[in-house]
Amino acid sequence: MIRTLRLAAALLCGLLFGIGLALSGMLDPARVRGFLDVTGAWDPTLAFVLAGAVTTSGLGTALARRLRRPVLADAFDWPTRTRIDPPLILGAGLFGIGWGLSGFCPGPAVAALSSGALPVVVFVAAMLAGMAAHGLLRRVLPVR
Amino acid sequence: MSTFASAFAGGLLIGLSAALFLLLDGRIAGISGLVAGLGRPADRSWRTGLAFLAGLVLGPPAFVLLAGGWPVMRIEASLPVLALAGLLVGFGTRLGSGCTSGHGVCGLARLSPRSAVAVLAFLASGMLTVAVGRVLA
Repeated sequence: MIRTLRLAAALLCGLLFGIGLALSGMLDPARVRGFLDVTGAWDPTLAFVLAGAVTTSGLGTALARRLRRPVLADAFDWPTRTRIDPPLILGAGLFGIGWGLSGFCPGPAVAALSSGALPVVVFVAAMLAGMAAHGLLRRVLPVR
Repeated sequence: MSTFASAFAGGLLIGLSAALFLLLDGRIAGISGLVAGLGRPADRSWRTGLAFLAGLVLGPPAFVLLAGGWPVMRIEASLPVLALAGLLVGFGTRLGSGCTSGHGVCGLARLSPRSAVAVLAFLASGMLTVAVGRVLA
């Protein structure tokens, strides 16, 4: 019963996330690149997406901190790493290059798969390959 | 609805999704982390991660039912550039432990300094990339 509820809750959360992305304009890579285009025709719209998202996410986080455990699971899975290290900055930097080239970050790219558009499928397949490459190389990387 | 209002309302929904996933399942709604988790089917959280991603894919069609039309989606990059970008996004989000959702929507809401640095780094890098592309074009 609880396992079914957890699956239903996760599905509903994903659905809300995807509807939010569609409503916000994040599924439009040209608009995302417009937000990053600070030396050209800068489009500030996406700052409003982040402001809205951090508002509700922040309220949820504040509430979660007062709970001993989540409603449907045994314990909160809070991130444990706090160090600001080279992999964090290098990884975020590489991600930013890919984001700027394409206008896609992982959430909108996965949501946009439902369009069936070939460019989205190519991007997501390459993203999976990039993740797999990291999995294979992580033991030999100078930074990890 | 104006563009700014729909952007803010969409953002509220994205944050609500992250809040509910945390409150109900106890997990961070970081999409790159959930996608990478698909490669670890032995994990206890594998099925819920898959359910979240299935819901995410169904989100735009649900939006079409509610709003009556597909959201604007203008993809400017060529297929080879998209492939290169996908590789960088996949590799970079694993090396940097998160993307716009995990570090941005969730990490900033948690007031995590580590996530704040990551957000500044990928914003700066994304802005620089677009600026360089503008000079080269």
